[in-house]
Amino acid sequence: MAKILLEMKSITKTFPGVKALDNVNLQVEEGEIHALVGENGAGKSTLMNVLSGIYPYGTYEGDIVYNGEVCRFNTIKDSESRGIVIIHQELALVPEMTIGENMYLGNERGKKSRIDWDETYAEADKYLKMVGLTENSRVLVKEIGTGKQQLVEIAKALAKHAKLLILDEPTSSLNEEDSRALLDLMLGFKKQGMTMIIISHKLNEVAYVSDKITVVRDGSTIETIDCHGAEPVSEDRIIKGMVGRELTNRFPKREGVRIGEVNMEVRNWTVHHPLYPERKVVNDVSLYVRKGEVVGIYGLMGAGRTELAMSIFGRSYGAQISGTLTINGQQVNLHSPSDAIAHKLAYVTEDRKGNGLVLSQSIKVNTSLANLNSLASGSVIDKDMEYNVAVEYKDKLKIKTPTVEQLVGNLSGGNQQKVLLAKWMYAEPDVLILDEPTRGIDVGAKYEIYCIINDLARAGKSVLMISSELPEVLGMSDRIYIMNASRIVGEMNAAEATQESIMATILGRGD
Amino acid sequence: MKEGSIGNFLKKYTMVLALVLVVIFFSVSTQGKILYAQNINNLISQNGYVFVLASGMLLCILTGGNIDLAVGSVVCFTGALGAVIMQKHMNFILAVIVMLLVGLAIGAFQGFWIAWISVPPFIATLAGMYAFRGLSNVVLQGYAVAIEDTGFLNVFGGGADCYIPDFIGKGEGLNMTCMAAAILIAVIYVLLTLRREAVRRKRGIAHGSAAGKMFTMLVLTVLILWLGYKLASYKGIPTVLVWVAAVLLIYSYITQNTAIGRYLYAVGGNEKATRLSGINTKMVYFFAYANMGFLAGLAGILTVARASSAQPTYGQGYEMDAIAACFVGGASAYGGVGSMAGVIIGAVLMGVINQGMSIMGIAANYQRVVKGIVLLVAVMFDVLSKREK
Repeated sequence: MAKILLEMKSITKTFPGVKALDNVNLQVEEGEIHALVGENGAGKSTLMNVLSGIYPYGTYEGDIVYNGEVCRFNTIKDSESRGIVIIHQELALVPEMTIGENMYLGNERGKKSRIDWDETYAEADKYLKMVGLTENSRVLVKEIGTGKQQLVEIAKALAKHAKLLILDEPTSSLNEEDSRALLDLMLGFKKQGMTMIIISHKLNEVAYVSDKITVVRDGSTIETIDCHGAEPVSEDRIIKGMVGRELTNRFPKREGVRIGEVNMEVRNWTVHHPLYPERKVVNDVSLYVRKGEVVGIYGLMGAGRTELAMSIFGRSYGAQISGTLTINGQQVNLHSPSDAIAHKLAYVTEDRKGNGLVLSQSIKVNTSLANLNSLASGSVIDKDMEYNVAVEYKDKLKIKTPTVEQLVGNLSGGNQQKVLLAKWMYAEPDVLILDEPTRGIDVGAKYEIYCIINDLARAGKSVLMISSELPEVLGMSDRIYIMNASRIVGEMNAAEATQESIMATILGRGD
Repeated sequence: MKEGSIGNFLKKYTMVLALVLVVIFFSVSTQGKILYAQNINNLISQNGYVFVLASGMLLCILTGGNIDLAVGSVVCFTGALGAVIMQKHMNFILAVIVMLLVGLAIGAFQGFWIAWISVPPFIATLAGMYAFRGLSNVVLQGYAVAIEDTGFLNVFGGGADCYIPDFIGKGEGLNMTCMAAAILIAVIYVLLTLRREAVRRKRGIAHGSAAGKMFTMLVLTVLILWLGYKLASYKGIPTVLVWVAAVLLIYSYITQNTAIGRYLYAVGGNEKATRLSGINTKMVYFFAYANMGFLAGLAGILTVARASSAQPTYGQGYEMDAIAACFVGGASAYGGVGSMAGVIIGAVLMGVINQGMSIMGIAANYQRVVKGIVLLVAVMFDVLSKREK
């Protein structure tokens, strides 16, 4: 048995109100590739942030033993100086700088007062060769593709003399060819004695490179599977570990709903990335939703769900959008959010603070914002009527606050989410796209939001619910679309779907 | 809501308290001279432009802490145009229309670059600041141009006779027109407030404490009557006060009661959320800057009227006075927060400090130092009070 390079013992990390990690243990041997798998929000990234010092020593409980010593990292610099280097899912490169400048950013060659550029570029070229890039390090990062940028990240990590390399979803933005090249590169590094931790949703890739797989679920490590055991590891085996939780009665029953005709239909919807036009973020998606129906869209982060929703909502995201949108039997062409609202469409964002609410304003102002015209004669607002409307929705949605003059920034996450729903319900839509409607709120508030969704369906509205929580999708939907890598990869009736069948569809087994 | 109500009160009315303290301080240190009718009069006439420009600047700041650096130059440029037109003995009404329209056009021009081309406001208006300062010089050919049109001077409060004439009184003792106006305004204000409250009570939507509202109403009524009395005991209502009051009322209404006013706050609070709520955010930026140009035109009119001339150096630093008044009055440097009431308090506070120090005989250079410190401290309070929690 090889030497244990890293051991994380009983790590517990609490955020206000949430236990993100609960007594997690992880052992990584020297020279192995160790995979961490689990659903979104299971705690994989949090664990790696603890390891790399992004959450400094003292903000978590438990010990990190690295190379036989207990480590107390306060910053990323501390962990990097010991050879622990993390490569995040989002590329952290400055597009307007050269490859070489990026690689040595914060780690400049030469003296403090004078950077030695010759040395910088010579060293950079050396590491670029190691990752198989032939580009000159004086080329600007924005001029190379995403796949190569990912390799630059790795070269940057090597330049920091990494001994333990952590890759968080390294292939999430790469195509198949680039992904395979990256995985082979990892295997090559392993031969040279490098230790690596990879976080990935793609189980086929995990099975391809890993020596051991640790499953994380709900903030705890469930099991560690040895890939060199007696029998080969099947993906079913991993999936079972990832989702194996009891589905209790957390969802209110929806009764007395009459599902009517098709209310909104999208056909052959394709959307390109606004900055990288060659990338399709939504690829040939077709779906429909009927009156009184709740349709779930399940997919992992980055599958293109939000991009799909926002591009439908008056082209508020993306470029070169093609495809047809039919609302209530009429083909429409929406150019702006106000067009979309006029066609009785509402998009309730997943990012309530960033895209949804004006935190510095009151509940009242937020509630009326998307439909202020109905309160205004000419352009003068009837403020008394506005107040009444806000109170009405506050009572209807059980927003817990003494007054609707309260600033939204002072409310809890669950109440903020309700204000966001109030705003869009007041816009009187027929079709509501709810993007992660229960993200980051507690169980009680979740239940209330589910009740609101049921009320909407009962009122004959169509609800398209995007979610990355499998139990929620199964518990709330009539029908489920499964989205992965910018495509719809499956459609199921909720009655027939199981966690395993959805996961299996998404992980694209068979390819 | 009840808990820490004293703390809340202090937070909400920090600047009012600061203003009261500053007035008390200067009343003591100038042996009451700062409250002389003549000094109050001067305070209003000297700072008229600050109120007008700060009203427009508030709208820009609301959209996200954006400022307009060009207003000083636009004031000078529009003033210069008007002076030259009147020098040619054309009708002063024509001059006024040209000044306002040119101001509006300049604002719209800058607003276009900011809203649709996404030029940062700081840079777009810095460009305007240089360009229109230069053009003012071109229009005036480097000289001062005197304004002799008495119609213009009377209407916009310039020259020797810059007061509303006393129609009612005999012209000696207390100015009866002024006193009557103050009483009339106070009565209208009280009636409107009471009626609004009664209507709300009847419709069952009254909120907030009634005692608090009555107290505010009482304080403001007393303040209006006191100001009226003070002005009446000197020469009456300064003409510029009528213009300033009109601007303050109109912009209070716009910010509080209209949809566009609401959009200004929303864009500054969260632009993305506002856009996704179906609001044309570009139009909101455009409105703020076009409007700023219009008010700069009005300030240009008031400035050249007060001096009875236009000079290439007029308006220098006006943009900073307006910006300072907004920030001292509690507008957020990140946008989305601020009010016309704050602007009034901020402008009065800065004016009182100026006036008080002048009476005390403090050199102008040190006055600037003090103004700088006041601005810094005011914004520091604002930032700190939001940080806790």
